[in-house]
Amino acid sequence: MTFLEFTEGPMFYFAAALFVVAGLWRLVGIVRLGKKPDLAPARGSAATGFLKGNLRHFFPRGLFAQRTWMHLLGGYGFHLGLFVLFFFAAPHIAFIEKFTGLSWPALPRWGFIIAAEIAFAGLIVLWVRRFSDPVMRLISDWDDHVGTWLTFIVMLTGCLALQEAHDSLRAIHMLSVNIWLIYFPFSRLMHAFTFFLSRGATGANYGRKGMNP
Amino acid sequence: MSETSKAQTAIDTLVNQIDRDIASYLEACVHCGECAEACHFYEATHDPKYTPTYKLFPLVKAYKKHKAPLRWITQIFGAPDEITEEELRDWEELVYDSCTMCGRCTLVCPMGIDIAGTIRKVREGYAAADIVPEGLAQARANVERTSSPMGVTARALLKQVEHQEEDTGLKIPVDVEGADYLALLSSHEIMASPEIIGAYAKIFDRAGVSWTLSTEAYEATNVGVQIGSGPLARQLVQRVVDEAERLGVKYVISPECGHAYGAIRWAGPNLIGRSFKFEVLHILELLDKLRAEGRIPPGERDTRKMTLHDPCQIVRRGGLLKEPRRLLDDACSNFVEMKGAGVTNYCCGGGGGVSANQRAEDLMIGAFGKKLEQIDDLGNIDAVVVPCANCRGVFEDGLFELDRDEIEVVSLGQLVADTLADDPKTAK
Ligand code: SF4
Ligand code: SF4
Repeated sequence: MTFLEFTEGPMFYFAAALFVVAGLWRLVGIVRLGKKPDLAPARGSAATGFLKGNLRHFFPRGLFAQRTWMHLLGGYGFHLGLFVLFFFAAPHIAFIEKFTGLSWPALPRWGFIIAAEIAFAGLIVLWVRRFSDPVMRLISDWDDHVGTWLTFIVMLTGCLALQEAHDSLRAIHMLSVNIWLIYFPFSRLMHAFTFFLSRGATGANYGRKGMNP
Repeated sequence: MSETSKAQTAIDTLVNQIDRDIASYLEACVHCGECAEACHFYEATHDPKYTPTYKLFPLVKAYKKHKAPLRWITQIFGAPDEITEEELRDWEELVYDSCTMCGRCTLVCPMGIDIAGTIRKVREGYAAADIVPEGLAQARANVERTSSPMGVTARALLKQVEHQEEDTGLKIPVDVEGADYLALLSSHEIMASPEIIGAYAKIFDRAGVSWTLSTEAYEATNVGVQIGSGPLARQLVQRVVDEAERLGVKYVISPECGHAYGAIRWAGPNLIGRSFKFEVLHILELLDKLRAEGRIPPGERDTRKMTLHDPCQIVRRGGLLKEPRRLLDDACSNFVEMKGAGVTNYCCGGGGGVSANQRAEDLMIGAFGKKLEQIDDLGNIDAVVVPCANCRGVFEDGLFELDRDEIEVVSLGQLVADTLADDPKTAK
């Protein structure tokens, strides 16, 4: 078994399984903590509030945008860029097709380059702010930095592997992906899933009050 | 309580506060720091320690140690320490002095985290361990003695009622069984602006509303909610519920006081563990309803240039956005809205018990400065309508301290009473 076969085979299966099991464990663990039923008569719907809360926080509020513009640029740039790379890079689609049989049109090469540049720029802006901005410096911990670095390495090795010229580059990318997958469910990277719960909780509480802030 | 047991009591209480919602918040925070940009304490000082999420540290620590899912794996790589009493004391200022539980930070947070509600839970741990600011401890002692944080007694209330009867020439009902509405007041109103009692009398007389005050349950403010003591909050709500149910009223009216409304309307049934046999209405809700029914027709409008302060617990966290605006439109011919009016409005700086905490006064005035900037942006405002007695107190202190007491601070209930049509037939 070559190193590439190992990282795309047994190691990937292990990392992916751990990602799914530990990730679900964590989400179920949060939900299982439960919540007492709210006895105050509702003025609006909690369920609608849950959904509205989730949608509302995808968009910045004009009043604050001026104060947080750098974050907005970095945050949207990184997340949208990463999303596009993750789902529309040709090798990713091929990889997913190998396991699921599902396929969809890939980004042209120039599209990949633009998405990658935007994602890198966004991630770097966010990371630089993490140690240069006094607020972010104070509240950041090692998990924030490790998560950023692992994601950066995954993206970087992914770009290097794009040419598919060398198996070793692809193997290094897969190795970093596997480490990232193993780290993910134990870290703050889980915000990719927990955001739904937290926005929903606030949305539901406000929804009962007939508000949608 | 011994040193170790204080920390332990706080930890046990904090851990007990963590439910699904709180865990979601603590898990979802990505440490982006955006919340700082919406908090008036950070904006006024630019001190990073006032970043909203940073204020939650004691709870975060207790969560990671005792409640976080998968902690049995993550703790292999180093178990977090237990929170110490020293750390609790270090954070006391952040938990009590620099959070008015206004909820503005939630609006900017990409994860929608309810910092205000979570701070309320952190305070439970502090109150249980009795690590609380002196001002709030004093308010708690007053409440235990008289049910009022300012120590206002039923006798003092009756004296004020008497004066108001003389001023208005109207009979003010007290302890009337079978009335439809039981009106609560806040201590601040009873002592600093008792005219509001006369204003109620005038409005309800015009509307033909059957109402009463009570010498058993006159106080609406709930120090338990501010200090973070569930048991005390429950006791204070229970007192009102018992009296309202004894009198057999259909409605309890929460006065112009933000946190009092949240305490009885939204937290109340959960605190006592059952639904009420009456409905809770905020006074602004009731006035808006009476107005819509044509029972309190508006008369000549006030011509001063006025703006509206949105008390956080009534508007953003209370759900009453349109009611005060409709009332003000009828009462004032020159009503202008601040930038960010409504859900994104700034807090006055003194909610959530901050105004009762003398130690926090400078910080509070600094935060009020942000509110004042918002008002000043409108240019030459004559009066600010502030439908919360606690906020009014903060406005009065802040305007005085900042040498701006030319701006008048007005109660909305009072304004509605003052602008009622003298004769319903001449109403506009
Ligand atoms: S709730 Fe208000 S006072 Fe408290 S941290 Fe958030 S913005 Fe600041
Ligand atoms: S804005 Fe929200 S996610 Fe960001 S640091 Fe503050 S609480 Fe955490």
